[in-house]
Amino acid sequence: MWLTADESEAVRLSLAVATRSVLWSLAPAIGVAWLLTRRRFPGWTLLDALVHLPLVLPPVAVGYLLLLLFGSRGMIGAWLLRDFGIELVFTRNGAALATAVMSFPLMIRAIRMSLETVDRGLEQAARTLGAGGLDRFFSITLPLMLPGVLAGGITAFAAALGEFGAVITFVSNIPGETRTLPLALYTALQSPGGEHAAARLAALSLLLGLGGLLLSEWFARRVRRLLGR
Amino acid sequence: MTLAVAARKRRGDFCLDVAFELPTPGVLALFGRSGCGKSTLINLIAGLLRPDTGRICLDGAVLFDAERRIDVPTERRGLGYVFQEARLFPHLRVAGNLRYAEKRATGARVVGRDAVIELLDLGALLPRRTHELSGGERQRVAIGRALLTQPRLLLLDEPLAALDAPRRDEVLPYLETLRDQLGLPMVYVTHRFDEVLRLATHLVVLGAGAVLAQGSLGAISLHPELRSIIGPDEVGAILEGRVLGLDPSGALTRVQVGRGELKLQNPGFAVGSALRVQLLARDVIVSTRAPESLSVRNSLEGTLLKIDDDAGSDLLTIDIGDTAILARITKSATRDLNLVTGMPVWALVKSVSLRGHAFMAASLSA
Repeated sequence: MWLTADESEAVRLSLAVATRSVLWSLAPAIGVAWLLTRRRFPGWTLLDALVHLPLVLPPVAVGYLLLLLFGSRGMIGAWLLRDFGIELVFTRNGAALATAVMSFPLMIRAIRMSLETVDRGLEQAARTLGAGGLDRFFSITLPLMLPGVLAGGITAFAAALGEFGAVITFVSNIPGETRTLPLALYTALQSPGGEHAAARLAALSLLLGLGGLLLSEWFARRVRRLLGR
Repeated sequence: MTLAVAARKRRGDFCLDVAFELPTPGVLALFGRSGCGKSTLINLIAGLLRPDTGRICLDGAVLFDAERRIDVPTERRGLGYVFQEARLFPHLRVAGNLRYAEKRATGARVVGRDAVIELLDLGALLPRRTHELSGGERQRVAIGRALLTQPRLLLLDEPLAALDAPRRDEVLPYLETLRDQLGLPMVYVTHRFDEVLRLATHLVVLGAGAVLAQGSLGAISLHPELRSIIGPDEVGAILEGRVLGLDPSGALTRVQVGRGELKLQNPGFAVGSALRVQLLARDVIVSTRAPESLSVRNSLEGTLLKIDDDAGSDLLTIDIGDTAILARITKSATRDLNLVTGMPVWALVKSVSLRGHAFMAASLSA
């Protein structure tokens, strides 16, 4: 293997954290995107702002807020720990949560855009064929917005691979548990004589990010062809 | 067995206020210019729009009743709906689109999958993707899909309007087959009178959100309200007759209408079958004496019922026994012939100007 043990561990950890973060956020993102696109309700503006907050907040601030909420003495964190034994701080699950929150707006944007292109007439046709609300969503709306869901998922995945500030603030920089690629890169830069290792890690990040984007484009094209567009 | 609709719906400046009934089975055409409220009305029946007040019942089952706060959602009304644009699901193939409806069908079985495929010639299309289909094919699939929900009533909102003339002629016969073979009640929205002529058994004429006239096609063809919509050249009686047989020459079909008989240039209709014949008012010549030595094949004896001024000429209504026909003549002709109501007249029509449309006997008598 041409990667050092530390490097391959960082890559593996990054992939694991990014995968987990995308899997967790996909369903809520679809739900929130649907709400924001199809419904108008009191609090709509607030929800919209909340979802987009990670785009404008410093990532470190997001990490700090997560610490307040999900820390072992935080409102939600204490409850998770007590009733479910789930610990987020200093764990890769915590890293996944931090990247999920940070990449959520990207995912929402892609999904909303594709949901807006879904022809409401087709949903109406499904109604006349006897499909109720949930049935319609899963049989018509979701398949038709799939290109956006995939694109959103892959963009979020690529962004999750690179998330730094929120992760290091919330779950710290623990080798083998939370030291993902960008954190390993940062660590290398901080250590004397680490320039070579840093360059290798930077190249790795570039490859992963580029691969993710290309994969996303390829997926989107394939799905578009399937839908005959 | 009826569809009964009484509904009011305000949309901006426009207000639809209608009441009518369709005895089922039969094909009810909702006819009028664009913007008269036809599509709004069919969407009220479908439940895609909600009336402000009113009541909609199908075969005794209440679909909507404002007073009793009943509003059965579209998906549970048991209706089939064919939209102007086929609205096929692009992520499913043709077979998948049909299966989508089949899986969700709840009503009593009207027609099976194989019968639908045969009736609409869908066999070769089943494995195709929807964007590979022509406009006519798409619409046939959409009709098949709607049928497979096993509807109690089929709604069609200008299903041919998006098609060019050859495609329309390709799909129209399928709709006639549905009417004659399935006995499924239909509500058919259109702004084209030729489609009404070929498909409808009953007619509701809409104008500016109100019902201008309703009834059988024959009765409404004489109705003055219809004239303002279809234009003076299309005005004419629609007669329902029965094929008697071929004339001795073998080239013309003899059709009994009222007390008289018409000869049509369109052989190939089965003896005894029901036929609808349109007699355009501008094609009818009027004589005050029994005609002789003329090339005209058709002469109907009748009584002059009415003389109406219409678009600068006179429109005569002539009773030919059980039914009436219209004839358009110039005002000077009315003067020269000293035409007065009540007098006997002869209406002359060239066989070549008659067009007949075959109906299954059951569809017409319904």
